[in-house]
Amino acid sequence: MAQSEQEILAGLAEIVNEETGLDPEAVQSDKAFTDDLDIDSLSMMTIVVNAEEKFGVRIPDDEVKNLRTVGDAVSYIQSNQS
Amino acid sequence: MASAPAIATTTGSAHTRISGIGAYRPRRVVPNSEIVEAIDSSDEWIQERSGIKTRHFAGDGESVVDMSEAASRDALAMAGIEPKDVDAVVLATVSHPYQTPAAAPIVADRLGAGNPAAFDISAACAGYCHGISLAHDMVRGGSARHVLVIGVERLSDFTSPTDRGTAFIFGDGAGAAVVSPSDTPQIGPTVWGSEGDKWRVISQNESWTEMRDQDLGWPTIGMQGQSVFRWAVWGMAPVAQKALDAAGVTADQLDAFIPHQANIRIIDAMCKQLRMPEHVVVARDIVDSANTSAASVPLATERLLREGQVGSGALALQIGFGAGLSYAAQVVVLP
Repeated sequence: MAQSEQEILAGLAEIVNEETGLDPEAVQSDKAFTDDLDIDSLSMMTIVVNAEEKFGVRIPDDEVKNLRTVGDAVSYIQSNQS
Repeated sequence: MASAPAIATTTGSAHTRISGIGAYRPRRVVPNSEIVEAIDSSDEWIQERSGIKTRHFAGDGESVVDMSEAASRDALAMAGIEPKDVDAVVLATVSHPYQTPAAAPIVADRLGAGNPAAFDISAACAGYCHGISLAHDMVRGGSARHVLVIGVERLSDFTSPTDRGTAFIFGDGAGAAVVSPSDTPQIGPTVWGSEGDKWRVISQNESWTEMRDQDLGWPTIGMQGQSVFRWAVWGMAPVAQKALDAAGVTADQLDAFIPHQANIRIIDAMCKQLRMPEHVVVARDIVDSANTSAASVPLATERLLREGQVGSGALALQIGFGAGLSYAAQVVVLP
């Protein structure tokens, strides 16, 4: 069953916390991964792979560059969950 | 019609081993401070993203052939084998600047090896581990007794100093190993393969003919870092595990893990995926030597032994992966 936006955001915050040590509270929809959260391209890929596993979605390499903000990732995951 | 005569066949040694390892690191050490200006970067940025502090760039008298000869002499000395006893030279490189002939016959001649079989293989960062697999099968099949396997690169010749994705990554050097008959199995089965659908992820930016026809100057190697990272960590950790399984060895039994020195972030993430036990020494030559493609596994191996991080007889898992995309992994006992 598809998860709510809040559930996905909370799950994503956990993944970001595990990879970077960032406070999950800092992971909000309007934050940009690179500019606000200082997440580099390789950490971003780790987050993507862990998100694929956690949420049961496929996020192709070409799609990753379009995920600028946390909200972008939440929307992508929500609309691609089966 | 008369029946065809039976063709005689050869059989070799049931088992093989690596009997010697050698290395050559170019004289000039290049710190990040020499790289940063052209890519508007910093020493800190490079170290955070790759772990790299320095690399060696080859200069005069340090061609692919020169470096191969030096590394090979050390490997042969360690193995206690005369050049004339080498039956085959297998040289892995993507940066020998002649399309033809291969570098291997010239190296064999320089060494005074007589007239061994000698050829180059193009499997990029997986080249050395491919070479070990070929040598293992050649000795087992009886087509050679001692095989010299060389991994060598002069990637500084094919790196754009202004490419933010690669300028700080690549380095130069050579490593060599001698594969010989053995009473016991000391080289495990190779797990290898390729994913040619991803060939553009790491590639020379244009073909030689495009360079000529479009007057594009000189070719350099480009890389899609994020895609390589995903493939290397989540694609190659299972390959490394398969090589352990094929050898009948568990990670607990390893003394060393020697992955291709692509990027320290890849190495660390692979270790996490493989749940590599704390006691296993992980090669991190990348910090000082950067990514030397085909040379990285033997260079890192030589360093572990020279610095006494592991001793002779240590059990190691080695894996090469890179352009192609190609990969090869095997468990070996270090000489």
